[in-house]
Amino acid sequence: MTSSQRRTNWVIALPVIALLVWAVVYPNIAVIVGSFENGLGHWREFWASPADHEALTTSIVIAIASVFASLAVGVPLAFLLGRFEFPGRRLLRAVATLPAALPPLVGVIAFLFLYGESGVITRAIQRLFNMAEAPWQLRGVGAIVFVHAYTMYVYVFLFVSAGLERFDASLDEAASGLGASTWQRLRRVTIPLLMPAVAGSALLVFMNALGSFSAPYIFGGGLRVLSTQILNSKINGAMGLAYVETTVLALSAVAGLALFRWLDRKRKYTLAGKGGQPRRSIKSKRVQILTSIGAAIVVIALVLPHLMVILVSFARDGSWTTQVLPPEYTFENYRRLFSEAELWRPITNSVSMALIATAANLVVCFVAAYLIVFRRFAGRRLLEILVALPWAIPATAIALGLAATFNQNNPATGRVLLVGTFWILPLAYFIRDTPLVASAVESSLRQMDASLEDAARGLGASWLMTMRRVIIPAARPGLVAGGLLAAVAAVGEFVASVVLYTHANRPISMEILAQLRALAFGTAAAYSVLLILLVLLMTLVARSFEERLV
Amino acid sequence: MTAAPQARPDKESGALALEGITRRFGDFTAVDDVSFQVGPGELLALVGASGSGKTTTLRIAAGYDVPDAGRVTLGGNDITRVPPERRGFGMVFQHYALFPHMSVEHNVAFGLEARGVSKVDRLIKARAALASVGLEGAGARAIQSLSGGEQQRVALARALVIEPKALLLDEPLSNLDPTLREAMRDDLRRMLHRVGVPALFVTHDQEDAFAIADRIALLRRGHVLQCGTPEDLYNAPANREVAAFIGRGAIVPAVDKGATAEVTIGGVKRELPVRRPKDAPAKIDNAFLVMRPNSLEMSKGAGVFAWRGRVVNRRFAGGVVVYRVELSDGVTVEVESHAADARENDAVSVSPLKGPFPVVAGGEK
Repeated sequence: MTSSQRRTNWVIALPVIALLVWAVVYPNIAVIVGSFENGLGHWREFWASPADHEALTTSIVIAIASVFASLAVGVPLAFLLGRFEFPGRRLLRAVATLPAALPPLVGVIAFLFLYGESGVITRAIQRLFNMAEAPWQLRGVGAIVFVHAYTMYVYVFLFVSAGLERFDASLDEAASGLGASTWQRLRRVTIPLLMPAVAGSALLVFMNALGSFSAPYIFGGGLRVLSTQILNSKINGAMGLAYVETTVLALSAVAGLALFRWLDRKRKYTLAGKGGQPRRSIKSKRVQILTSIGAAIVVIALVLPHLMVILVSFARDGSWTTQVLPPEYTFENYRRLFSEAELWRPITNSVSMALIATAANLVVCFVAAYLIVFRRFAGRRLLEILVALPWAIPATAIALGLAATFNQNNPATGRVLLVGTFWILPLAYFIRDTPLVASAVESSLRQMDASLEDAARGLGASWLMTMRRVIIPAARPGLVAGGLLAAVAAVGEFVASVVLYTHANRPISMEILAQLRALAFGTAAAYSVLLILLVLLMTLVARSFEERLV
Repeated sequence: MTAAPQARPDKESGALALEGITRRFGDFTAVDDVSFQVGPGELLALVGASGSGKTTTLRIAAGYDVPDAGRVTLGGNDITRVPPERRGFGMVFQHYALFPHMSVEHNVAFGLEARGVSKVDRLIKARAALASVGLEGAGARAIQSLSGGEQQRVALARALVIEPKALLLDEPLSNLDPTLREAMRDDLRRMLHRVGVPALFVTHDQEDAFAIADRIALLRRGHVLQCGTPEDLYNAPANREVAAFIGRGAIVPAVDKGATAEVTIGGVKRELPVRRPKDAPAKIDNAFLVMRPNSLEMSKGAGVFAWRGRVVNRRFAGGVVVYRVELSDGVTVEVESHAADARENDAVSVSPLKGPFPVVAGGEK
C-alpha cells in the first residue's frame, strides 16, 4: 500500500468514523459522564432504590428466562422440521418465521387481544368453564417471557435449522458405523456440532430480551425493568438517575455479550458439510397423527396473532367490551385512517423517517463495509467496532443518550439541537440499524474477489466507474437485504421512538399506543394491519430489486 | 528455441524497464534491488518459488504498488508513480478477476468503456478480440458458464482489446489442468508475440517459463539470481542456486582448472570439460559441477574409470528410464538411459558423457 492510498483510505474513512463517533460513542459517553454529574450521588440513589434493584434483577431474570423459553420452542421445532417428514410439514415451515414479521408492538397488542384479561381466548375459556374470573392474567414476568418466546424463538429456529442444513450427514453415519446408539449420536455428535448455532441465537435472544421494552411496558403492570425505569425517570425529570440506569443496562448487555463470548471461546470448528440428512418419514401411524395434530396446533398458535389483529381492525371502536369476539364490524377504522389528516400523519411520518434512516444506512454502511473488507489500514479495526457497537447497546440506552446529548445547540462541544425536531427519530433509527446493514453489505463484499477492483483499475476505470460498475453490483445483494431489514425495523420502531418522539413526528407505533390507551382497539389494530402491509410491500419491492440482479 | 524479439516498428511502445526496484514491508524486504528490461514483443518470465518477490515485482510493474526505491520506465519515461488506471497496461490476473455480474463481451468491453469508446464500437471491438482468442460467439454468455480455459481466454481478450502498452500476466496457467495447460502454452506464446508489446509474466513453474518465455528472470528472496534465455539458465547457470532450481541434476564438488574440472568420486577421478558462467573468475575456488541426467550414462556391473553405485530408484519416462543412483561419498545422481533392464539395488557404473558441464561457485544451496 502506498502512502497516497493510505491517505485516500483516511479521506474516505474519516467522515464515517467521525459520524459514528459523534452519533454513537459521544451520546453514550455523555450518559456515563452525566451519571457522575454530582459525584457518586446518582449512583448512591440507584443503589438505595429498591425499585431499581428490582428492575435490574427482573431485567436479567427475564433475559435468561426468555433464552430458555426460546430454546425450548425453537430447537425442537427446528429438529422436527429439519429431520422429519409428516403431513402438514410444509405449512408449518411456511408459518414458522411469521412472528418475526410482526413489528414488536403489534405482536404485543395481538397477544393482548388474544390472551389478555378481556382477550378472545381468555374469555372463551372463562365462558366455557363458567368461571367467575379470567383463568389467568397476562401480566408479570410470565407474560413477558411468553411474548418473548413467541417473537424471539424465530432466531433460535433459523440458526439451528441452518446448522442442521449444513450438518454433514456422513458425520452421523460415521458415528453409527462406529456403533453409537441414536441417543449417543445426538449427545456426542449432533448437539455439540450444533452448539455454535444454539449459542449464537441464544445471545441474540438475550440481547433483545434484556433491552426489550414493548412487552414489559404493556404487560408489566407494576413490574419494573431497567428499560421502563429509564423512561419513568426521564419523564419524572430525574435525568441523573436515568443516566445511571442507562449505564447499568448497557453494562449488563456488554457483560452478557462478554459472557457468551467466553463460554463460546473454545470453538474452533465450523460446519461445512455437503448437506443435511434427508428427512425421514415417521413410521408409526399413531405418532404421525399426533405429530400432525401438534403441528396444526402450532400453526394456529402462530397465525392467530396476525388473524386477531386483522379481525380487530374491523371492529367498531368502543363496541368490544365483555363479549368473546368483537360484536360489530366496519370499514370505518380504515376509512378514517386514510381520510383524517391527523390519523394519516403518523403513517407518512413513519414512512419518511424510515426511508431517510435507511438511505443514510445504505450510504454509510456501504462505505464502512467497503473499507473494512478491502482496505488494510489502521482505522479498520476502529470502524469494525464502531459499526457493531449499537448492537451491544439496548435501544432505550441509545435513545436516552441521544436525548441527553442533542438537547441543546452548542457547536463547540459538537451538540446540535435535535430533540423535539423531526430529525432525532431518523437519527435513532439510523444508529439502531447500522450493525444490521453493515454486516449484510460486508458479507456480500467478502464474497467478491478482491482482485476485481485491481482489474477494473488496470483496465483504466476511474475510481467512480470502479465503484459504479464493479463494487456496488457486488455489494447489491447485501444492500438490498440490509436495506429491507433496516426499513422494516425503522417503520415499526417503538422503543427509541417512545423516548424521543414529539406529537408532530409521532410514528405509527406511538399512535397505536395512544389509540390503545383511548381503548380505540379497532383503530389501533387498523394501524397494525397497515404496518404489516407496509412490511409486506417493502419485502416485495426488495425482491423485485433482487430479481433484476440476475 | 530462442525466438528473437520481434519488435513491430508500427507500434508506439517502448521497452518496459525496472531499475533497482526495492520494496519493504516492515522489516521484511520483499524485493531487493531488482532490475531487468523487457523489449517490445519480448516475453520475460519472472520465475521463483512462493515468497520470492515475483508477485510484488509484477504489482510494482503494474502500478498497484509503489517501490521504496528504484523506478519503472516505459520507453524511457518514468512511470513509477503513475496509477494503474493511467498506465494503459493489460493485466491477466491469477484467478482472472472476470466481473461475475457482466456477460463475456461486457467484461471484454469494460476497458473500452473506461476509455469512452461508444457502445457500438466497443462491442464490435470486444467481439473481434474474442474471436482472436478463439471465442467467437461467446460474447453473450455468462462468466460462470465458461470453463477455466475459456475464462483464461476472456481475461486475455479483455487485456488485449485496450491495445495495451505492456502485458502483465500473473500465473496465467496455474488454474488450468495439465493437458489444457500444455496446449495453452503454445497459444499464449503465439498471441503474446503477435501483440508486439513488452510482456511480463509471473510463474512458479519453470516448464511454463521454458515453453513460453524468450527470457527468464529467476528470483529468490527478492533478488534476481540470473536473467537470460532458458538455455543460458540451463546450460550456464550463474551460481549454485540457479543450477539447483533450474532443471534436474546433481551438483558435485569439483576442482576448477579453467577449461576443465576434476571430479573425484569413490577414488575415481575424472577430468571433464566445463562451461563457465559469464563474469566468472578464471578459476573458481570451492567449485561445483552440474551433472544433468542426460549428460551421464550408466551400465550394469563395474566399468573401468567409471563411478560405481547402486540403483535406488527407477522411473519410466516415455522413451527413456531415469535411474536414481547412489554413488560412493554420499553423492546421488540421476541418469537418463535407454536401457530399461536395471532394477532397484542393482550394482551399476556411471560415467560422464562428453559435456561440457556447467561449473558454478559453491554457496548456499
